[in-house]
Amino acid sequence: MIEIKEDRCDFCGTCVSVCPVDCIELRETVIKIDRDVCTNCKLCVYVCPIETLEFVDE
Amino acid sequence: MNDPFDVIVVGAGPAGSVAAWHASLGGAKVLLLEKDRDIGLPVRCAEGVGAAGLQTVIEPEPKWIASEITALNLISPHKKTVTLKNVGLGYVLYRKIFDNFLAEKAAHAGTEVLTKAYANGLLFDAEGAVNGVSFTHLGKRFSLRAKVVIGADGVESRVGRWAGIHTQLKLRDIETCVQYTLANVDVNPGVCDFYFSHEIAPGGYVWVFPKGPGVANVGLGISGEYAEHKSPLRYLNAFVQEHFPKGSILTTTVGGVPVAPTNKVIVKDGFMLVGDAAHQANPISGGGIVPAMVAGKIAGQVAAEAVGTGRTSAKFLKTYEKEWYKAQGNTHKMTYRLKEAVYRLTDEDLNRTADSILALPEEKRTIVNVFKKALYNKPTLILDALRVFKDRIGDIFEPLS
Repeated sequence: MIEIKEDRCDFCGTCVSVCPVDCIELRETVIKIDRDVCTNCKLCVYVCPIETLEFVDE
Repeated sequence: MNDPFDVIVVGAGPAGSVAAWHASLGGAKVLLLEKDRDIGLPVRCAEGVGAAGLQTVIEPEPKWIASEITALNLISPHKKTVTLKNVGLGYVLYRKIFDNFLAEKAAHAGTEVLTKAYANGLLFDAEGAVNGVSFTHLGKRFSLRAKVVIGADGVESRVGRWAGIHTQLKLRDIETCVQYTLANVDVNPGVCDFYFSHEIAPGGYVWVFPKGPGVANVGLGISGEYAEHKSPLRYLNAFVQEHFPKGSILTTTVGGVPVAPTNKVIVKDGFMLVGDAAHQANPISGGGIVPAMVAGKIAGQVAAEAVGTGRTSAKFLKTYEKEWYKAQGNTHKMTYRLKEAVYRLTDEDLNRTADSILALPEEKRTIVNVFKKALYNKPTLILDALRVFKDRIGDIFEPLS
């Protein structure tokens, strides 16, 4: 599953812009992934400019 | 907040504020929603803009101009510098002040502005037309009606998705970017530097935009396609270590830039999409300020007219789409084709281009000639380049806006 290192996140929305299933919710300083919707495609992991997201095996 | 509003705009960047401003000028009752607590912050921009493009929407004000730019340096992979003069005037902005100024313009024209307002859905009438926005503000939920909703929520545009528009970007069509505002750096205040090389920024470039004596925005974008193996942050740290080892980081700016065709759908019943949300940024440079403002102005005017005449269906709102293509969209199409070709250039191609430009007399070192040399074996694209580029800073400026 995709894990978020929240203390690194800048809340820029680059991950949201490539998410094919729109499962990332982003507010001023809040980021959440809806794991029921997420398909673990990892596009968000690839595009994050500052390595905030990570794919970890469950 | 007494609804119904005539127009609700989601997002108070340049596209949203200009849309709200012009809708208000047209007599509409407008609400402008911004999710963050400060309009203009955090900045997600390299802050460069061409003067000529900017002036089509607003007169420059000294209070939001950090520096004036009169020349560009293009630096090849083999470290040869092509200096382009006679490119007109450009600015490096203080985006925080600039964005505030645009929101003030909207407010002074009558727009109600609400910050810390986080949109989480659209409202629809029985026929499926958009007719309002739901959002939270200071812990309370609101569902407010409007005859027209304008989505200006940036590259991540969820508002567009809620309206049923496919806004997801392909990795090839997004630049993932990081920038430091560095102090204690040696930069020429009137010149912007661009570094091109697959080693330092694959599928993108490095920019150095001076913000004043000893201060510059130093950043880069790489194509989403290349980001899997090494992040933009690592590329930038390597570049800064080599070029500005003594620089102090005043600000870190992070974000994605659409370098895509204009979204296929930018209008629905009761709804328009503008700016980065509609993928209207320049696909070669990533410059988005001017296109966002141009689109915002048109959308605001069309929204006011739609409300005034009771024609809020997609059929009438398509006036915005038509005007966008007339103003910038058709050029944008050609620019995307050029981007696709430029994207495929190897470092050897770039070196060859630099060498052949440096062999020309100084007055022939122009933006158009750079593209002519780079694409010498693609005559149809050279024709596109001749149509697109005006040898002004705006042609290749404005990344990350």
